[in-house]
Amino acid sequence: MIPFAGVAALLIVGCGGPFPQSALDPSSDFAWRLHDLFRGIFFWAVVVFLIVEGALLVAVLRFRDRGDGRAPAAGHGNTVLEIAWTLAPALVLVLVAIPTIKTIWDVDRAPSGEALVVEVIGHQWWWEFRYPDLGVVTANELHLPVGETVDVRLTSADVIHSFWFPRIGGKRDVLPGHETHLWFKVDSAGVHLGQCAEFCGLSHALMKMQLVAQEPSEFDAWVEGQLAEAAAPESGPAAAGGELFVTAGCTACHRVAGTPAQGAIGPDLTHVGSRRRIAAGVLDNTRENMERWLRDPQAVKPGALMAVPELDEGQIRSLAEYLAGLK
Amino acid sequence: MSQSDAASAEMYTSTGLPSRKLLMWTFIGSECMLFGSLLITYLVYRGKSVVGPYPEELLNIPFISVTTFVLLMSSLMMVLALAAVQRGDMKWGKVWLLATALFGSIFLAGQVFEFSHFVHEGLTLRRNLFGGSFFLLTGTHGAHVTVGVVWLLSLFFMALRGRLTRANAETVEIAGLYWHFVDVVWIVLFTVIYLLV
Amino acid sequence: MAVEGAIATDSVRHTAAVHQGTYAGGLGSWLTTVDHKRIGVMYGLSAFFFFLVGGLEALLIRLQLGSPESTLIDADLYNQLFTMHGTTMVFLAIMPLGAAFFNFIVPLQIGARDVAFPRLNAFSFWVFFFGAVFLNSSFIFGGAPDAGWFGYANLTSAQYSPGIRIDYWVIGLVMLGVSSIAAALNFIVTILNLRCPGMSMMRLPLFSWMTLVTAFLLVIAFPAITVGLVLLMFDRMFGTVFFNPAAGGDVLLWQHLFWIFGHPEVYILLLPALGVVSEIIPVFSRKPLFGYPFVVYSGVLIAFLGFGVWAHHMFSVGLGPIANTVFSAATMLIAIPTGVKIFNWIATMWGGSLRFRTPMLFAVGFIAMFIVGGLSGIMHASAASDLQQTDTYFVVAHIHYVLFGGVMFALFGGIYYWIPKITGRLMHEGLGKMHFWVMAVAFNLTFFPQHLLGLHGMPRRTFTYEAGLGFEAMNMISTVGSLLLGGSILIFLWNLVRSLRRGAEAGSNPWQGATLEWSTECPPPHYNFLTLPRVHSRYPLWEDGGVTSTAPTDEHRLPEPHMPSPSYYPVVLALGILVLGVGGLSRALPVVFLGVAVVLFGIYGWAFEPLERQTHPRRGVGRRSRQEKA
Repeated sequence: MIPFAGVAALLIVGCGGPFPQSALDPSSDFAWRLHDLFRGIFFWAVVVFLIVEGALLVAVLRFRDRGDGRAPAAGHGNTVLEIAWTLAPALVLVLVAIPTIKTIWDVDRAPSGEALVVEVIGHQWWWEFRYPDLGVVTANELHLPVGETVDVRLTSADVIHSFWFPRIGGKRDVLPGHETHLWFKVDSAGVHLGQCAEFCGLSHALMKMQLVAQEPSEFDAWVEGQLAEAAAPESGPAAAGGELFVTAGCTACHRVAGTPAQGAIGPDLTHVGSRRRIAAGVLDNTRENMERWLRDPQAVKPGALMAVPELDEGQIRSLAEYLAGLK
Repeated sequence: MSQSDAASAEMYTSTGLPSRKLLMWTFIGSECMLFGSLLITYLVYRGKSVVGPYPEELLNIPFISVTTFVLLMSSLMMVLALAAVQRGDMKWGKVWLLATALFGSIFLAGQVFEFSHFVHEGLTLRRNLFGGSFFLLTGTHGAHVTVGVVWLLSLFFMALRGRLTRANAETVEIAGLYWHFVDVVWIVLFTVIYLLV
Repeated sequence: MAVEGAIATDSVRHTAAVHQGTYAGGLGSWLTTVDHKRIGVMYGLSAFFFFLVGGLEALLIRLQLGSPESTLIDADLYNQLFTMHGTTMVFLAIMPLGAAFFNFIVPLQIGARDVAFPRLNAFSFWVFFFGAVFLNSSFIFGGAPDAGWFGYANLTSAQYSPGIRIDYWVIGLVMLGVSSIAAALNFIVTILNLRCPGMSMMRLPLFSWMTLVTAFLLVIAFPAITVGLVLLMFDRMFGTVFFNPAAGGDVLLWQHLFWIFGHPEVYILLLPALGVVSEIIPVFSRKPLFGYPFVVYSGVLIAFLGFGVWAHHMFSVGLGPIANTVFSAATMLIAIPTGVKIFNWIATMWGGSLRFRTPMLFAVGFIAMFIVGGLSGIMHASAASDLQQTDTYFVVAHIHYVLFGGVMFALFGGIYYWIPKITGRLMHEGLGKMHFWVMAVAFNLTFFPQHLLGLHGMPRRTFTYEAGLGFEAMNMISTVGSLLLGGSILIFLWNLVRSLRRGAEAGSNPWQGATLEWSTECPPPHYNFLTLPRVHSRYPLWEDGGVTSTAPTDEHRLPEPHMPSPSYYPVVLALGILVLGVGGLSRALPVVFLGVAVVLFGIYGWAFEPLERQTHPRRGVGRRSRQEKA
């Protein structure tokens, strides 16, 4: 039974932390429901574990052959015992099944009242977020108001992905050809980390996202800012970058509101400068990282569909300058 | 075990069934799952094609009813073939074996005709979901019929060369099991594909 | 209890010289063999080789994940490695390792001279072997499959997975399916029909019982994935639109077809292990299995329920609360028969006289770790709870507690238990115990932290993870554990190789086993039983007169029974299927035609190959070969 002592030790010391992406630290009504259910099941699992492993341990210790010539007990079975250990687990399962079924129905029910609609579109390997009622389109950074019910509608532009913010709740697959749904209410303001949970190809591990939960007033301000057109740089390297953005072909895929750039294949970049991270939550949004990304997107994210023409260092710098200015 | 028991150990099996027959029954069980999965695929995709041609434009029920009848008759002939072999009447055994194979071939010819007609009308494997699931399902069945026809003809030629006798009745019976199964599958497919359009 | 393992009436003992022929002969004799024991050995060796391959893949995965943002292995190779690790361990290691035991042990255990269809048996092996080689050759030719062992549509479509990697996977799995179905049909008939006189179903040893149940699962479950694979193959090769959402195709159809196969597949992997444990525990407790009928029925029930729970792999798909409730409840039901088995094993040990030889250590280790896997299984059975756990390392931990802590421990126990039957020599106890303890510690070190990783938000199938998420320490522990786990396998290999030359002579019944396989010599002569046995109880070797001979007197004995002749056709037919596979892969029609020609040649040669006739008029010799003509 040494392994189990080791396991117990692991439980205590091996954890490390902190765990900013942990499902054990719920931050929405949805996540709390699942967490409460999990804790209930975990309790029963520990009880059963102790009873069964305990019985096994006693059998091992008590009945080992000590070479004293003791004859093994006779006996082929006992129907009463069989019935007992069929019913006992069945009872425990009922105790697990009742809260399970209750939770299944609780979390899979459309809310009755008003809800903020968000459309999530999965792409290889980034996330598109649309707020149809607000007219906002953004990517990889989902802003939500605290305390408001959110009605998330998910579809995929290519293959199957899965939408998962562990602190906000369970996964929901993002399917091509089907719309799936998710409803929740975020508890408290803060930044939550999420990532794709269904294997979706080469850079599945790098398909991340952030959820910025804001007080409603801050959220409204954010929406206001998103609705504004991109700030057009007047002069300097940023202006050159802006020109380059058009001439280098970026506009074929990307949209920057208020400019000729109206591409719809890649992420909307109108306010890319205001995002916390770039490349679908993989790199902090710094000048160096933006340049690194523009230099060779596939080095950051293998298989990324973004094609960048040959650019010299000066051009990369001015393009990064321009993008950083899109707040 | 007495002397006579030892002699009968020649045929001893625990269940009393010949092993080859048990094998065929188990195989048929597995085949049911195969056709079941294909049929479910067909049903799931019924009405889901986004471009034509659609089944109601193409399926010719009277024509297929005739070939279905032919296939059913072949099952009857299979029964007659087995009965003939079992009583040692190899002359009629040969006749009925050949007739079964022939009727099976007529069914296949009907299927070839139907397929080429559909292709001519624009329904191909890749055209839409109906085309894919229809050709795959009925094509798999057709392949089974083809195997059956080849099997029956092999038995017929064995019989011609005198290598199939009353002692091999079990061999004919097993081929018959397969043949009847393939027919029953077609009855299900005919009902689902053609009658429930 | 009389535990000396000899058929009471069969006093004629063969000297070793008589049956050295069991494994003698050159390559040709192995290629053409139809002897279930040789086929079992070939299955075992190939399966163990692929177990090592899959293990190496796992070690590379662990090395990459040992530290955050590691650049040891790139995304492309990582995705190939985890896809092939899963595919290899399921289809090329655990299943054929089970098949190795079915082949070697089941005919001996039921008192038969061979399986019902020896040539079909050889065919199953060769198709498996060629399929395995085919699948792994992809590493050399253009890259291995990289869409996961579950190959979800539409990532596997020609659009999102161009090239031939997925074609390798599709064709390889179809070949393995053919092999599995053929083998399963054979074992169903063998176990139902070739039990020796007196061996009723309720006297059938548990391992043979679970083999039978597994074989039924195989023939029922494999057609579903075969259809899924054919649909996918048609999409990729002929441009059909089965999984193309733009043309109305449904990506979820693949998931249903895959998991209707995939969940029973879990029990296909598990049930043989349950059978092995049910053999080992009574022998080393010196006590009959407690509640034999309940252990049998619970195995059957697990298999039956296993077909009604596939959508628990799809809880995050959003099938709706009704489906989730039904599949949650059905999945939880499986815990009941599983619990019944565990309780009966413990009750078997209770009051026994336990000898902790290596096989018993592994069997007990199996129970201890299988419980953990079962309990985390309950957490996944709860659809709502599973929404957090699915596709995370929690599930990785769960399946490894079931398939490694569970199945592989049991199969290692089975190897230690039956290796003397196969080679005639025992493995070393000290090394065996060392293997067990190192492996048990390393296993828990590797996989227990993965539960926590999953709960703390680490998704599976990711080639890298960011520093600062708290994943570093536990991943490091897991990687260290996995290296130790690899070391424990080296101890085993050394023990195995050492035992072949220096292992203690096993005698005929080294463990005082109770079942028929221990009534023959170790290794058994190629005809297994000189005269067919007749059993009179469930544990025939533990009772005086538990086994008698079916031969009336010595006068009716042959010096050596005639067995079916070797045949080239099984390997030729399997080769034809391989050529067909290569043709499909390369889209080269001439190769396809060549494959068809070889297959037809193989089938016709097979059908008309003259079978060995009975040459001795007096006894039922060679009767297997008569029955075999299928």
